[in-house]
Parts: sequence; C-alpha cells; structure tokens
Amino acid sequence: MTPQLITTDVLVIGGGLAGERCAIEAAAAGQEAMILSLVPPRRSHSCAAQGGMQAALGNCVKAEGDSPHVHFLDTVRGSDWGADQEVASIFAEEAPIAVRELAHFGVPWSRVRGGKNKYFIKGESVEIDELLENDGLISQRDFGGTAKWRACYAAAGTGHAALYAVDSEVVRLGITVRDRVEAISLIHDGSRCTGVVARCLRTGKHFAVMAKATVIATGGYGRIYGGYTTNATINYGDGAALALNTGIVPLGNMEAVQFHPTALSPSGILITEGCRGDGGYLLDKNLNRFMVEAEPEKQELASRDVVSRHMMQCIQDGNGVDSPNGSHLWLDIRHLGEEHLTTKLLEVFDICRDFAGINPAHDLIPVRPTQHYSMGGVRVNKDGEAYGLAGLYAVGEAACWDMHGFNRLGGNSLAETLVAGRVVGARVAEYAAGATLQANTAPAFDALGVAQQQAETWLTREGNGRSVYEIRDSLGEIMITKVGIFRNGKDLESAVHDIQALIDECSHAVLRHKGPGANPELAFALRLPGMLRLAMTVAMGALARSESRGAHFRTDFPLRNDREWLKRTLARWQPDAHSPTLSYEPVGLLDLPPGHRGYGSDERIEMDDSINDYNGSVEDAQQREGRLASVDPMGSRLNYADRKAT
Amino acid sequence: MTDEVRRLKFEIFRFNPEDPESEPHIDTFEIDERPYMTLYMALSEIRETQDAGLQFDFACRSAICGSCGMLVNGRPALGCRTLTADLPEIVRLHPLPAFKLIGDLSVDTGTWFREMAERTEAWIHEQQPFDPAATEERMSDDIAAAIYEGDRCIECGCCVASCGVANVSPEFLAGAGLNRVARFMMDPRDSRSDEEWYDVVASSEGVFGCVGMMACADVCPKELPLLEVYAYLRRRTLGTKFVSD
Repeated sequence: MTPQLITTDVLVIGGGLAGERCAIEAAAAGQEAMILSLVPPRRSHSCAAQGGMQAALGNCVKAEGDSPHVHFLDTVRGSDWGADQEVASIFAEEAPIAVRELAHFGVPWSRVRGGKNKYFIKGESVEIDELLENDGLISQRDFGGTAKWRACYAAAGTGHAALYAVDSEVVRLGITVRDRVEAISLIHDGSRCTGVVARCLRTGKHFAVMAKATVIATGGYGRIYGGYTTNATINYGDGAALALNTGIVPLGNMEAVQFHPTALSPSGILITEGCRGDGGYLLDKNLNRFMVEAEPEKQELASRDVVSRHMMQCIQDGNGVDSPNGSHLWLDIRHLGEEHLTTKLLEVFDICRDFAGINPAHDLIPVRPTQHYSMGGVRVNKDGEAYGLAGLYAVGEAACWDMHGFNRLGGNSLAETLVAGRVVGARVAEYAAGATLQANTAPAFDALGVAQQQAETWLTREGNGRSVYEIRDSLGEIMITKVGIFRNGKDLESAVHDIQALIDECSHAVLRHKGPGANPELAFALRLPGMLRLAMTVAMGALARSESRGAHFRTDFPLRNDREWLKRTLARWQPDAHSPTLSYEPVGLLDLPPGHRGYGSDERIEMDDSINDYNGSVEDAQQREGRLASVDPMGSRLNYADRKAT
Repeated sequence: MTDEVRRLKFEIFRFNPEDPESEPHIDTFEIDERPYMTLYMALSEIRETQDAGLQFDFACRSAICGSCGMLVNGRPALGCRTLTADLPEIVRLHPLPAFKLIGDLSVDTGTWFREMAERTEAWIHEQQPFDPAATEERMSDDIAAAIYEGDRCIECGCCVASCGVANVSPEFLAGAGLNRVARFMMDPRDSRSDEEWYDVVASSEGVFGCVGMMACADVCPKELPLLEVYAYLRRRTLGTKFVSD
C-alpha cells in the first residue's frame, strides 16, 4: 500500500532517456531521486528511436571537418531559425560527451572499420577507404539536413540500446522507479512547484509526492493526432498538459509539429531516416525519384519538413500509389542488399516483415508522412527551468528548451535527451541542494482532493454522452485533416471550432465501465481533457502564425516572415477560461543571422531590425513572459560577440 | 484470397484482483476481422466497443517495447505483431504465467526485470570513471555487433513465461536473465572477473538450472540465439572452475 503522501528530493515524471539521465545526474550529486513512469522505463518511447544520435565526432571520412560549430549551424538552419541559438550551441558542444558517456554505460555503438567500405551516396555505389588510425572509433552514418555524416548508431536500435544502458545506470544507482504511475496534477502555490498528485495504474489509488524539484520528462503529444502518428500509445503529452493546467507555465511553439517522411503505410510505424541516410530512395507511382528534381542538392536527405512536403505534394499531384488505405509512396532500399538490411538496418527489416509482410531486400516499402515529433512543449530557460514556477523543470521532447525551433533534425532528439538530461540534471541537483521540502502539506492534500474528485465525477456521471474513445478518434481526424502538413486559415479556424465542440462534449462524456481498480477507460478519460487542450494550443498557434516556418506551412502565407514572426509562440490556459491565451517572445539571441537553409525555398521576408537591436530586446522580453533567471547569464554559452568582432 | 469476412471469437481470461467480487473466468467476445488486423487492433476494438474494463498492455505497437507479451492459444507471443490472419477463428488469450497478475491480460514484468537486473548487477562495472574530455575507448566493430546481438532483448517476458523451470522456480534467471548476463560477460568494458561471474551464473538459479527444453528460443520474438548463449555461459563458467581449481 502506498501512503497518501510520500516525499523525495528530486521527482522525475517520465522514465524515458531524458528523465532517466536527469535522475542519474541528480542521484550522482547525492540527491534522492524518484522516477514515476506510465510503463516500466525500458518500455518508454525512447526505445523506438532507430537510426541514430547526432554528435560531431568526425570519425568517418565523410565526417571529416565536422565540429560542434558545424553541428550548431545545421541545427539552427534545420530549425528554420526558430531555435534558441544559445541552447543549440550548448547542445552541439555537449553532444559528443553524451555519446561517449553512453559508450561508457555500455551502448554497443557501431564502430569504424578501417580500410575499404562500400556506401551508397546520392544513388551511386561508392567505395571509401576509412582511415586505419580511426579503426574502432564510434562510426557515423548520414542523416537529413546535415553537412557531415554525424549520426552515431547501434544498427537501427539506437534508442533501445541507449535506453537499456541508461536504465542500467538507474538500477546501479538504486534510483526508485515507480512504474504504472501517472502524474495527474502539479502541486504549486503560484510561484513554486512542490510536487505532483499521481494515480497508480495498478490500483487506481491517488497519492501525492512532495519534492524539492520536479522534472517533466513525459515526451511528446503525438497521440492528439489519433492513429496518424508514429508515436507509442502512451505519448499523450501528459506533462505538457500538467504545465498548461497550472495557468502559469506557458507552452512554447505548440504549432511546431513534425511529420516524419517515412512511416509505414498504413500502420504508421516508423521506418528510420537511416534508410535514406544509407542510400535509400523515395519513388512515386512511376518509380521516379521525385526528390532528385525537387531538391537537387540534398535529394532525399533534405530536412524532414521539406521532404514531407514534397511527398505530400507528389501525392496531391496524383503521383501517389493508390491503396485501399489511401495513397502512399515507395521507399526503396533493395539495392543496399540483404546483408546490410539484416545488420545495420535490422529493425527495419523486422518491421517490414512483421507489419507489412514484405522483404525490403526484394520489395518496395509503402510509406507516407506521419506525425512524429513535438517541437513544442513546456517552455523552459537554458537551465531547463519552467517559465513562471521555480522548482519545476522540463527535459527532452516534453520541453521547449528550444534547440529545434520549427523543425528538428533527425538524430537530434536522441542527442537532446542525453545532453539535456546531463545539463538540466545538474541544475536540478543544485536547486534541490539549496531548497528544503515544504513543511506545509495542505496544498498537497488540497490537490489530492481535487484529483480524487475529478475521478469521482467521471465515475458518477450518467447520461448518453459520447464515449471517450469516440472523442479521441474525432480529435485525430480533425488534427490530421485540418492541422496537418499543409495548413490554411479556413481549415484552422474550422479546427479551432471543432476542438471547442469536442471540449464541450468531453465534459458530458460518459464512462462505459465504472468498476474498481485502475480502470483503463477512466485512466484514458482523465487524459482526454488535457489532450484536447493541447490540440487547441496547436490549432490556435497555427492559426495565429501567418507565415510558414519549418514544419508549420501555411498555403495562404507560404513565406517565412522574419520581419514579423522571428518569435516563439507562448500559450497559457487560465483556470476556467474557454481557450488559451497566446503571447510571443523573441526566439533568443541570434548568432547565425537568418538566411537560406540550403534546401527548401530560398524566398522569405527579411527582418527589419538589425541583429544587435533584436538581441538587445531578448532578455527583457523573455523576462516579461516569465523566464526565470538562469544560473549563468543569458548568452554566456554563445560566441556571437566574439564572432562579430572577427 | 476470399472476400468473406471472418467472425473472430476471442476467449479471454478475466480477473481483476482490485475487485473483491471478481473471480477468475473466461469472457467471450466476437468481432469482424479486418485486413492486416493485429491483436493490438482486435483488443482495442473489444475494449472500446464491448467491454471498457478489459485490461491489457500495449505501448509502441511495433514489437520494440516488449509491453504486450501474452499467451495466444497457449503460446507466449507479442500481441502487437500477431496477425489474426495467422490464427484460427477461435483465439484464446491468457496473461503470461510466471509474472504477477495485474488484471486480465496485464502482468507485472517491470518488477521481475528490475529484480533480475539488481540480482545479476546488470550494468557495466566500470574500470575507470568516465572522463568527459577523453576520446572513446576503441572497440572492434565485430565485438560491438556481437554485444548488440545480446542487447536486442526487449524484456517482453515470453521466454520466462514459456520456461518450465521459471514457472516452478521463481529464482531462475530464465532466457532473458541469462542472455543479459552473457551480454555483459562478453563486453570488454565490464571489469568483472571470471570468478565473479561464476558466482552469478554457475548455480541452479543460473545456467545450470536450465533443463534444455528450449521453449524460450522457440517463442523469442527477437529470435535471439539462446542456445548459443547458454553454451557460451556454460563454457565460460566451467572453464573458470577448472582453471581456478
């Protein structure tokens, strides 16, 4: 039996890579850490990351000349200048350390084989002599939107290998993990967060956890797109909803939603970008490589937003392959050969066999762009501390830290989880070391009572309202048809209207099962209002943003507009309000001035301000939006002043 | 291919330990089969349209996370990648044995695997503390590939559930546990000596508890080479014993 109130120093919500790495940092610094997780941590969605983790190690011939600075440039260009460049800089510098640390924890990274190696590059088979002196160092493969080969990998099970290695460290350090537990609400007094109310998914019992520091590491919100996502069934965006429900902490750039070019059609299961990195092609119904014409320079390896748009355009132009489940395109990796496919891309081989009944060494793979990643999330400063609530942090996909801006590069999310886990974990540990547990337990018991009452309301509501699963399905259809890859004002207005209607329906929805215990339908019902609210912030953010940037593409405003929109959307939801309030802040200090990404459209509306004026406005503007002071001053990890001088 | 849609009949084990009125029993549900239907789709449909209290576990629905092990017509399998087309019209589903039941088809694998990891100290026993400034230690790509092969286990518990020994002797490490030990044993980064390994696996709880029926290898969804893994463990531990005596 769990008591109604338990305490710890550092509480981490989410047992994926970011949460676990953060807990390790806190535990190693002597803090008592506890992880709450919906599932046993090794079943977290981090395990589904396949192709690689970006870090500028530069060990392969095709990676020569790589450096954290080149990685930084690729990341900012990939973000379509929506990223916080200081965070991108911290990230790029620390990523090699994070990869090597994983090697120390036991990840069996694929290694450089000195001597002749055969690769496929832009449709050509080439032989490259890898340096003998680099034999045995961690190897890299090509990914989209990068100037160098930079994705470190363990076959196509990189996330799995990383998660198992990091979780073994969690076990070694004796960190308490409570699996099958869901966080329901944050305990706070308006200025400081002191823990969460949680619900046990074994017994259905609620309890409160009071902590000095609380970390949201719950991953993305892909499931607001229903089944049109590569995400696991557990990716509801529960952590983002926790923060939104405070009415204080804003969510950043919720409209920035990534579609992965190659999800298996129709199941939506991810097929790694590593397939194209290793030389795979995209083909239309006439077996034409349409990406060569669309993006002569990067071809299939432009950024995901760009490739996904070209694919959807190809389908809309009538060049998709018809099937009973809608049109798709082909991914061709046959030429890579069965040996390569059953070693370096083994997980892809298995998925094709198990879920499409095909052998990718002989058959084309049916693929279609599908929701994949949430660039938006809990808005935090560079230390990972949430805007507006001291003691609350967020890491990984759940956070808007914000190194991805409006488009994340493949392999940058795995790297972010480990880098942010290290960086933010250290700040969390410092904060916890200087804080004391609050002696007043009244707010915890108040929040506990509210959560229990919410569950009771569901269990006692009668009537003929819709089922929570029908509402979920309606939401998915709205999001994929009206808030998808190509967006426009009319559809987005309609989406906002439709989601509002679903929010009303949800307050009258009726459970079919009211039995004791965890009750899977009740568990889902408790998540649904949060999913609807997150969907509303996505749709309203997308409607307000009258430009196209990265993954956010408006057919009625097709240009990136740096004059008016070089800023981040912040969404807050006041208690009892019908809809969220949007406000804006500068994206952060600029080091690399806005320009052409090197792929995609080169047309844009230029900014009027000078870089200096823009940078001069950042700190005050972000502070007004609730940004808490970071331990080191803003800009301390960005070299823009030095580079300007040269 | 026939156009006739099959009517599938699911006979599902039911028991909710949290409900004092619940008794173990079998419930029957019928649904129409759809093309490429998996047990994930079928069970979701049953829960969402017929019995909202039905408990089961899925997460990735792509045979990667290991959440959805269950007995499918008596055989341990991952529900997410089991196609109904490969099954007869009557499908009997039970929870995996050898694990504590949470409810219906849901079992507590998390506790079992955490306990196993603690008991075998399933982490790299480092030789030196991590040096953030240093280049990585070298490793041959062949050794990395061999370790990766052992690292592919998704801890779904199918091998444990299929194991005659694990079902009667809860301490037995079973396929997943022994595979995990072998994975660290072959890793040159792990500092444990053969003598230390001997204490971990050379017992009836370890590799010598295996009676060689090898159902584990038959049901492993990842097709891990468990026979070779056990041979490797026996060879290493016996070799140690002869050398150290």
